[in-house]
Amino acid sequence: MTAARLTLWIVQIMLVPLLSPFFIGFTRRIKARLQNRAGATSFQPYRDMWKLLHKDEVISEDASWLFRAAPYLIFATTLVIGASIPMLSTALTNSFTGDFLVVVYLVALGTFFLALAGIDAGGGFGGFGSSREMLVAALAEGGLVLSLLTLALASRTTNLIAIAGNIGSVPLAGYAPVALAFISFFIAMLAETSRYPFDNPATHLELTMIHEAMILEYSGKRLALMEWAAANKYLIFLALGANLFFPRGIAGTLEAGPVMLALLVLLLKVGLFSAVIAVIESSIAKLRIFRLPDLLFTSFVLSVIALGLVS
Amino acid sequence: MDFFSSSGVFYALIAVFLAGAIGALFLRRKDSAANIWGNSLAATGSLAGLLFAGASLLHGSATAFSLGTSFPLLTLTFRLDRLSAFFMLTVCFVALICSVYAIGYVRHYYGKYSVGVLGFFYNIFIASMILVMTVHNALFFLIVWEVMSLASYFLVIYESRQSANIRAGSFYLIMTHTGTAFIIVSFLLMYKVTGSFDFETIAAGLAGASALMKNAIFLTALIGFGVKAGIIPLHTWLPGAHPAAPSHVSALMSGVMIKTGIYMLMRISLDILTGSYWWGIALLAIGAASSLLGVLYALSEHDLKRLLAYHSIENIGIILLGLGSAVVFSSAGMDTLAVLALAAALFHTLNHATFKALLFLGAGSVIAATHTRNIEKYGGLIRYMPLTALFFLIGAMAISALPPLNGFFSEWLTFQAMFQGVTAFGLTTRIVFILAIGSLAFTGGLAAACFVKAFGITFLARPRSEAIAAAREPSVLSRLAMAGMSAAIIGLGLFSGVVMRLLEGVAGSLGSLRGAAPPGSAQFQSVSIENGFARISMPVVFAGIAVAFIGVMAAVYSFTRKRKTITGPTWDCGTRLTPRMEITATGFSRSIITVMRGVLRPSSETEIEYHDANRYFPKFGTVTMGLRDIYQPFIYRPLRELTAMIARHVRKVQGGNVNAYILYIFLTLIGLLILLDVGS
Amino acid sequence: MFADAREKFPAGSHPANVNGRMFRRSLAIRLVTAGSTNACEQELVALGNSYYDVERFGVCFVASPRHADVLMVTGPVTRNMRDALLKTYEALPTPRIVVALGDDAIDGGLFRGSYAVLDGARSVIPVDYEIPGDPPTPTLIIGALMSILADLSGMQAQKT
Repeated sequence: MTAARLTLWIVQIMLVPLLSPFFIGFTRRIKARLQNRAGATSFQPYRDMWKLLHKDEVISEDASWLFRAAPYLIFATTLVIGASIPMLSTALTNSFTGDFLVVVYLVALGTFFLALAGIDAGGGFGGFGSSREMLVAALAEGGLVLSLLTLALASRTTNLIAIAGNIGSVPLAGYAPVALAFISFFIAMLAETSRYPFDNPATHLELTMIHEAMILEYSGKRLALMEWAAANKYLIFLALGANLFFPRGIAGTLEAGPVMLALLVLLLKVGLFSAVIAVIESSIAKLRIFRLPDLLFTSFVLSVIALGLVS
Repeated sequence: MDFFSSSGVFYALIAVFLAGAIGALFLRRKDSAANIWGNSLAATGSLAGLLFAGASLLHGSATAFSLGTSFPLLTLTFRLDRLSAFFMLTVCFVALICSVYAIGYVRHYYGKYSVGVLGFFYNIFIASMILVMTVHNALFFLIVWEVMSLASYFLVIYESRQSANIRAGSFYLIMTHTGTAFIIVSFLLMYKVTGSFDFETIAAGLAGASALMKNAIFLTALIGFGVKAGIIPLHTWLPGAHPAAPSHVSALMSGVMIKTGIYMLMRISLDILTGSYWWGIALLAIGAASSLLGVLYALSEHDLKRLLAYHSIENIGIILLGLGSAVVFSSAGMDTLAVLALAAALFHTLNHATFKALLFLGAGSVIAATHTRNIEKYGGLIRYMPLTALFFLIGAMAISALPPLNGFFSEWLTFQAMFQGVTAFGLTTRIVFILAIGSLAFTGGLAAACFVKAFGITFLARPRSEAIAAAREPSVLSRLAMAGMSAAIIGLGLFSGVVMRLLEGVAGSLGSLRGAAPPGSAQFQSVSIENGFARISMPVVFAGIAVAFIGVMAAVYSFTRKRKTITGPTWDCGTRLTPRMEITATGFSRSIITVMRGVLRPSSETEIEYHDANRYFPKFGTVTMGLRDIYQPFIYRPLRELTAMIARHVRKVQGGNVNAYILYIFLTLIGLLILLDVGS
Repeated sequence: MFADAREKFPAGSHPANVNGRMFRRSLAIRLVTAGSTNACEQELVALGNSYYDVERFGVCFVASPRHADVLMVTGPVTRNMRDALLKTYEALPTPRIVVALGDDAIDGGLFRGSYAVLDGARSVIPVDYEIPGDPPTPTLIIGALMSILADLSGMQAQKT
């Protein structure tokens, strides 16, 4: 392992947790602008987390060790995923955890413990938050796996970083399934990251919550970790969408110049993605929970069609 | 090594089981003696079987030995090729753990039911499963198969004072014998073509048989062994019978007995016969349906053991997805891919045996401590049974295919095998594979949802009934057994590359796949498939999660160690929080069931009792939610009515008139003579 | 406009063990309506609209007391809300700040002396800051919150 490779590895592992709060804040900021408000700065999530890390913590007397351990585990899974996906350079291969199924199931691991932690304190809201989260996560899985599989088959590998390297060379005629898969992935992404029309990240009403309801009992440093992990997950999915479907700009080498450029392009692409999500959130209403499966099955069916077309 | 794989060891271990069985029966007056004798001999026999099967598996070449008799058809041949050795290994490993568990667990039957009888049937049951996996002669196979079915029947109705168990047992008995009838037909068809009951001779003789005959053999075998494996729609006996048995027996039944059906399906479709395309497609379709429906039924179940039983159907479906892919590949001549798919199926067989047994043992401990199987009555058990909770959590994670445990790897492998199916075939076959992949993806997500429910409602939050406070951990041996199984689950995940290489060998030793090139490289540190189409390293996944977890913990601790942690009541919005406000298992799964109402056909009955005659003031209301059974009215009842109708018509023949009977004999004789004449 | 928070909002003292910089432009508020006339709530709702937009100062209202730094009380605290208010206070992770919003919450206001109320939040939980008015206008509330933030940070309040 050369020094350049090692440096880039460390950069990549740090990249997701360092950048993720910004994009949560950026999305909120754009939403605020669309509502004719100034809104908080894009760096507000860092301030909130800084504050939470300095606060004491109240833990329910009914909660078990699982409630205490879950935030660390959930955060840890996002770190492992962050190291497994294409971020800056396709020369930084990861043949150990870079398989897309590993990433999908690591996400599921985080969701599993998030849902258990929601039940653990025995509150009235945590349980149904978990129930809804598992409903959405289970039904999103089909579209997510199949849309990524479309890319894998188009680029002849299931390794995400290698997909980002190969997908650019797919001939234009072969891009129809990729486009379909992108729509499918996008729907699954909105579901997985608790965004409109699946969940309202800004809600205060317990009855309409999914993600928020599960973390109602958390405070202090564990709440910070939970929020941070959710932000990581958001950035991970944005980066996947940006680098797998629009790989232009990602570096092919380990040299400093292209990698710096790739970082800039990545920020630009992910920023654009968050802006699109903000526009969507400002222009549509949240769907009734029993309408969500229709959308998720649409995602699944689109992927099936995409897979049928891929050559 | 050679010592362990000798025939003497095999006969000795069967003798140990027999001694355990008969001894337990003799000691039936003294419960504790019968328990220790029966279960420790079962454990000894299983350990010997583990060594024997392990040695044979590593030995490589098949070992065969026979007990000859003077009758030509009655030579008892045993043959341990790698497939048999692998399945025997699985049986013996699970049986070993279950027997150790049972020594502690069976205590709560003292004075209630005869422990001696339990020991007798338990030993016979394990021995018969081992024999089913090793016997190489159709006639003897049927005998040990029947012994296995009967022994398990008696274990199902062991708690005989509950009428529900008797009913479940009777239904099981009927179903398994219907299955056996189909198996007999299948073997007779084989005999008709080859003139032999020996599997080896049959395999050689069937090569030139007509396609129609092969299809008939496969179809009857699929129905016959499908009943035992619990494929949908032949599964209806399974959710009743498995939970009725004592929990360590449920673990064996769900973990390994249903695998005897899988074993014979593998044996027949890929070893004795060579796979045909349509069989593979059929197996894929059945696998997809079983996995998806199995997990959906499990979601709606609130009886902990029935929930686990439905998950067995789901996992059988996943195994069939692997097997079906293997058959499709093999029929297209892609033996390398077939080996990959079959290795995935075998790996999942092994994994399911481990985590399902662990989950049943955990459920057994919970049920013994709380005296109810209803999930809604649990809650908060993690405080009273912390170790059981931890083991159950490990099992739940494994069965939900979460990394880095073993369930994830075998599901990953099954996915990869089916990915190859999408690339390798034309549009029609490709669509089948795509839908199978989709069903597996949904199954994984739904299984995770189901085990969030099962673990969350059982072990987390506050107790929902008073009995919970009295719950205690099971005995040391039971805990030890569960710890051993948990270690196996983690170990199989960590060393999946090594196991994978072994299983490729097993898959490549089957008749129609012999000599196939391995589908990639499988080493401890990483597994690679199809020239790097997919790569994974389970040790790195494991280490990655562990290092990140510890790293995050250390970092957060060093940053926040001055902060206090205060324990307070759960936030209750200012009201008084009661356990009734927690989510129930029914509530948890209701949204998914509502989404799937087209398939599941949920039912809901509301009963309200009123204070007054005008029905303005309700006293209390009950809502009963369940699923409508679609198998009874649409499949089983028409079949039963058809049978009854035929029987009514046939009855007319039985007039009771002696003259008529003489006429029948005369007509039969004439018919036979004509047949003989035509035949010659 | 608000020179010094303590001078303007005299109740209570500086909450104990507040790290000088932890609340810098980040304040999460949990609102408890303890028998309010809903007038204060109307004004608080106005804080979120695009005219007042309190979010730009890093102030937000949260759904759970566990997430909150500030417990904001409105209403004179009716007897029935006493336990709920106390429970909410205990559910807040320390360091926690209590703000009584409106004259009702400060000392009972219009309802003072009624058999049904406890005459303000002070009688149940320690109050750190009081924002007077019946109801206070959104501008006043924002200004007060800014002063509180400045006070907590130990900084000079910004002149507006």
